[in-house]
Amino acid sequence: MKALSNYHALKKFQSLLALLVLCVVLCFMTDKFFTAANGINVLRQIAVNVCIATGMTLIVLTAGIDLSVGSVLALSGAIAAGLLKQGISLVPLDLFIGFTVFGVLVAAMVIGALIGGFNGFMVTKFKVPPFVATLAMLTIARGFTMLYTGGHPISNLGNSFAFIGTGSMLGIPVPVWIAILVVLLASFITNNTRLGRYIYAIGGNEHAAKLSGIKINQVKFIVYMVGAVLAAIAGVIVTSRLDSAQPNAGISYELDAIAAVVIGGTSLNGGKGTIWGTVIGAVIIGVLNNGLVLLNVSPFWQQVVKGAVILLAVVIDKIGEKKD
Amino acid sequence: MLEAINISKQFSGVVALSNVHLQLLPGKVNAIIGENGAGKSTLMKIFSGVYTQYDGDILLNGNLVKFTGTKDAEAHGIAIIHQELNLVPYLSIADNIFLGKELVNAFGVLDRKQMNLISTQLLNRLHLNLDPDTKIQEIKVGQQQLIEIAKALYSNSSIIIMDEPTSAISDKEVANLFEIIGELKREGKTIAYISHKFNELFSIADNYVVLRDGATVTQGQMNQATEAFLIQQMTGRNLDQQKRSSDVTLSETLLEVKGLGLKNLDKQSKYVFKDLSFSLKKGEILGIYGLMGAGRTEILETIFGLHPQHTIGEIWVNQQLKNIQSTSDAIAARLALVPEDRKLHGLILEQTVTRNISITVLKLLEKWGLFLLKNKEQTLVQEYAEKLGIKSGSNLNIVKNLSGGNQQKIVISKWLATHPMVLLLDEPTRGIDVNAKAEIYKLIKELAAQGMGVIMVSSELPEILSLSDRVLVISEGCITANLPIEFASEQEILKFAILQNN
Repeated sequence: MKALSNYHALKKFQSLLALLVLCVVLCFMTDKFFTAANGINVLRQIAVNVCIATGMTLIVLTAGIDLSVGSVLALSGAIAAGLLKQGISLVPLDLFIGFTVFGVLVAAMVIGALIGGFNGFMVTKFKVPPFVATLAMLTIARGFTMLYTGGHPISNLGNSFAFIGTGSMLGIPVPVWIAILVVLLASFITNNTRLGRYIYAIGGNEHAAKLSGIKINQVKFIVYMVGAVLAAIAGVIVTSRLDSAQPNAGISYELDAIAAVVIGGTSLNGGKGTIWGTVIGAVIIGVLNNGLVLLNVSPFWQQVVKGAVILLAVVIDKIGEKKD
Repeated sequence: MLEAINISKQFSGVVALSNVHLQLLPGKVNAIIGENGAGKSTLMKIFSGVYTQYDGDILLNGNLVKFTGTKDAEAHGIAIIHQELNLVPYLSIADNIFLGKELVNAFGVLDRKQMNLISTQLLNRLHLNLDPDTKIQEIKVGQQQLIEIAKALYSNSSIIIMDEPTSAISDKEVANLFEIIGELKREGKTIAYISHKFNELFSIADNYVVLRDGATVTQGQMNQATEAFLIQQMTGRNLDQQKRSSDVTLSETLLEVKGLGLKNLDKQSKYVFKDLSFSLKKGEILGIYGLMGAGRTEILETIFGLHPQHTIGEIWVNQQLKNIQSTSDAIAARLALVPEDRKLHGLILEQTVTRNISITVLKLLEKWGLFLLKNKEQTLVQEYAEKLGIKSGSNLNIVKNLSGGNQQKIVISKWLATHPMVLLLDEPTRGIDVNAKAEIYKLIKELAAQGMGVIMVSSELPEILSLSDRVLVISEGCITANLPIEFASEQEILKFAILQNN
């Protein structure tokens, strides 16, 4: 009995343990890893993935998936940059609307909400499998990004906008603050609100949830919308950090987000997992990337290692399930 | 000849079969008769190799056999045609007949010509004028059933078990099926025929075996039996039925359904049930009995708003017409449904007792409509855990690992927490042990005594008889009897349950 409860405690923290082991190993193998500068650098790098992966977690908890986040990131980033530079001019009305930095952030989030809402609509109203609906959106949103930008980057966005991606408060980069806020909020929602319970219930047993009076479609609609809004916020961060909206931004970011979710122990079948797990998953990926660079491992090998880690995480989980 | 000698089978302590003894004779149609849960399906699953763990012996033509699985049983010439057909809808007739036994030519490529030729011969034998390239989904259910028989014929089965073969097919198709059964009989095949429809049994069966509570009660020749005798054999328990004395003053009507109907989702017939009208009074327990497929579960689901697009008729709760378009509407109308399959539809198995119970009432546990008050939640859950005697160790344990009885109490708790006026129970004691059963019976009676209206669907006659104030009997989607408990008996109920409308 004692051994069993120890085992369960171990299982709960296994990804955290893996992260610690990874950090300790890197400390011994490189001089630079355990420095404040590098630590902040790593955090800055993973902030974007944490934002996206947090939204992805909510979706995956309902047994769904969102493949379109990378494209949503690019489109909302591009529109934010475009609005900031050019505003909206309605020639026939002789009207020009300029945008502040806060204004473009809101605009990007609205774009995200619209796209996420469309995804949610397809999934709930027409019962399109989430994989297919968001795969289609991956292409559609990327196409719109190309149309909007004409395939060219939108650059020189000004200092006040650059603050979002490159600024710091209390020595910690702004993107990290944003990620912390997102994580705290999402963690609160999943643990302490009705919506959170409904998300887990739908992923755990959709039919039972429906019979319990939960409005399944409403909840799913919300998670797809939130997922895309968070991707849009990530889009603003990325655009700001580069001082440029790249039409090719965010390609394959959905895979990093899904990897973080999976390494963090969330089941792709839904119903099981936590936001904190995902955060740890994202940190593991970030630290791994960082460590491999510090160790001068070739980028080709980095990809192999990342894939192997994902497999390892899931295999360990599956072995654990069998023991239960 | 297939012979069962002293076959017994238990499922985690529950006896499904005890010392069953029967013979299936070649060249005969052997009817297997029994109530729901009498053990017919279990026995057939043993014969066809689905269950390999049992006590007792099976003799095939005098030789002791013990099947290692369904393939093995098939190799011994036993074919079973389940109520739910086992065909791949997107594949052709020929593909289905040869599934897993495909013919290939010298190059390892499918020999379609030969397979189609054999298929055509088989189809002709079954009076089916169909192209073997036709996809299964494009032919009628009755024809699909015959394709199952074609499969059995191709694998040269000598024993063919048919489980309720006429439940979904038209009269004309039934006539054709019987003709074919007659031919198979003349070829010396053994037919085991499970059905509730006595008129069919009398027209086609040669012998009968009656099972009751997992044991063989009697067997003999069909032409020497009467319907009344068989019904009596099916039900004749020695147990004294303790009926409920309906002492509740039945006054207010809590629920009334008028002309309720459910359109059929897969269009075989037009309606699953229709023109149902009945009412439920305060403090009343209304039992609904029907044989498998009579539409019992669907009635509760329809009232609870699970099929809004296909529902016709009116539902009145507390003298008010309710437009129930979803389960949340049903809950708002103060209805509650404890579903038949608690694992599939009642519980979130991987979650805790607490989360499973509170799921229906989270709105009431919120502060400022914003976040959940977990202490309040614990108090509420603890209250129901104590009231219903849920033994889970801790409310934070996962429900997956609890016993069936405790799981059922959790499902009931989550619904009682919504303070329903009308409680719909679908098979409330299926698969739970005797003690938990008694506790749930007591609880249902208490709830009724407190003024709740209860509708209970059950396939166990003793359960219906001991709890109900009134019994509705359903057959083929219609009410065939509305019996006050004084006039209800197992024989009476069963008589109406097998009544056919057309």
